[in-house]
Amino acid sequence: MRKINILKICNSYNNQPDALIEILHDVQNEFGYLSKDALVEIAEALNISRADIHGVVSFYDDFRREPSQGICIKVCRAEACQAVGGEDLAHYAQDKYDAGIHDVYCLGNCALGPAVLIGDNLYGRVTPERLDVLLKQKSGS
Amino acid sequence: MSEQIIIYVPCDAAALSVGADDVAAEIKREAERRNLGIEIIRNGSRGMLWLEPLVEVVADKGRMAYGPVDVKDITSLFEADFLHGGTHALSHGLTEDIPYFAKQERLTFARCGITDPLNLTDYEAHGGLTGLRNALKLSPEAIVDTVTKSGLRGRGGAGFPTGIKWKTALEAKAAQKYICANADEGDSGTFADRMLMEGDPFVLLEGMVIAGLAVGADTGYIYIRSEYPHAIKTMNRAVEIWQNAGLLSGSGKTFDFHVRRGAGAYICGEETSMLESLEGKRGQIKVKPPLPAIEGLFGKPTIINNILTLASVPIVLDKGADFYRDFGQGRSRGTQPFQLGGDIKRGGLVEKAFGVSLHELVEDFGGGTRSGKTVRTVQAGGPLGAYIPPRQFDVDMDYEKLADIDAMLGHGGLVVFGADVDMAKQARFAMKFCEVESCGKCTPCRIGSVRGKETLDKIISGQNVAANLALLEDICELMTDGSLCAMGGLTPMPVQSAIKHFPEDFEAK
Repeated sequence: MRKINILKICNSYNNQPDALIEILHDVQNEFGYLSKDALVEIAEALNISRADIHGVVSFYDDFRREPSQGICIKVCRAEACQAVGGEDLAHYAQDKYDAGIHDVYCLGNCALGPAVLIGDNLYGRVTPERLDVLLKQKSGS
Repeated sequence: MSEQIIIYVPCDAAALSVGADDVAAEIKREAERRNLGIEIIRNGSRGMLWLEPLVEVVADKGRMAYGPVDVKDITSLFEADFLHGGTHALSHGLTEDIPYFAKQERLTFARCGITDPLNLTDYEAHGGLTGLRNALKLSPEAIVDTVTKSGLRGRGGAGFPTGIKWKTALEAKAAQKYICANADEGDSGTFADRMLMEGDPFVLLEGMVIAGLAVGADTGYIYIRSEYPHAIKTMNRAVEIWQNAGLLSGSGKTFDFHVRRGAGAYICGEETSMLESLEGKRGQIKVKPPLPAIEGLFGKPTIINNILTLASVPIVLDKGADFYRDFGQGRSRGTQPFQLGGDIKRGGLVEKAFGVSLHELVEDFGGGTRSGKTVRTVQAGGPLGAYIPPRQFDVDMDYEKLADIDAMLGHGGLVVFGADVDMAKQARFAMKFCEVESCGKCTPCRIGSVRGKETLDKIISGQNVAANLALLEDICELMTDGSLCAMGGLTPMPVQSAIKHFPEDFEAK
């Protein structure tokens, strides 16, 4: 089943090697991470080496080679958020939620920081209290 | 239910981040409860981000603004008859009379926040497509000439004259050429590309098609960072709508678009690195020459321009080179969308002709800090830009005047810091950011950033401060002179500006 889906994703990009990053995103969205087997299957479908794929997957921060726990939470650590207490928020998030918290450098919400991206949803003016409420809503829904 | 009142609630990601979706849903529910006929249009943002969610109602005299609206304000807004422009504690009168908005010169962002981003009819009714129609009547050389004469320079940060880049690609002989729109807007403090893609996506597509006509390219790539899921979604839908409209039919020309996602690498904003990424490879930079305009994507001549550059092209072709050139000063012509962020009271997007002072932007538009502290510094131009002290705030914002004070415009982002910022920590962060984001290709950047960070750690902890500052100066010089691209080459700029303007923060404690 997994293999069929991966081949389908590769095929939707005509098995073109230049679409590798799109394919990796799609596969990760479908399975939550990029397993060793998945990478082998993508390499075969695109007719590129496993070394090439490894090089790409390890270069980009977005790609995960281990199953992730729960939803992806990105906390902005860049300057505009630092100026409004972003570091305190980031430390709070790491201490309390640990796994699932990822550093990110700028979410493009620099006038309304501190900013957090939960899944595909962007939040601004996030305080520790607001983060708790948002994450409670997410886990409840 | 005879009348149908039109209400605008932005769908811009910044507005969504503070609850615009909930506000729109609650307005709809309350109107139904009261049996009132309304239509909610999801526009882009006007750029007055401290007022988001900014709700606008179309009244007899124009669009009336209310903001920042919270879900709990909706009942009282209806009671104040905001549907007919009634007065409320959140009223700001006519949107276009709000000084922050009224004092701007909106050329690139002319439609952003006004139109429905995905309504092509609305786009055309507000001046869209005229530039493209004019371009279709011109020879490639004439289009390039118009862009050259307009004085438009690359808005991504490098400020290279757009017309000259286009001329190089036009003169390159090849059966296949490409247009790449660089939407890897990774600089902290910048969000103009995102706002434009979410608020007026067709203007980018129009600019890309004009670029294609100018250099003889029939395929375009839009490379958008993955941190911008809303922009990716809007651009994908905009491409679909644009292509279905068949705007080039009968012209004998075609233009295909591909929207590609980045994957969390800041370096992919560097043009050669972006090309590698578009080819499905590691985003490592390449040595220039060859210039991408001669040998770019898949080895073919390729124009790589920033979103704001491409989105400024339609108005140049619409109103003419002279119209655009008449804005600005010196060698910095036209307008720049400045982005005010960080600790700022009225953060948002301010499009002004080059020459506006930093003081006007931070104090008059921005209103100083959000926290109430005094402003200690502004970092201009992203994480590789200089920290500017208040005594230099009278500087004119243009490429050359900023270079004169060892600062840079970059992508137009301005991040404001209050009185308690520790500049030694900010300098350390600049090195750390370079360490995290370096592509690893060249030694000055890859190793210099690590050594720079370690040296700053020693300075911060008070070890041999004078000797370590001298060493840090050496590292900075080496990175500036020896790095292959702007990542390593400009990382010293924030570090050295912090030391120069705020030496007290680096003294042994």
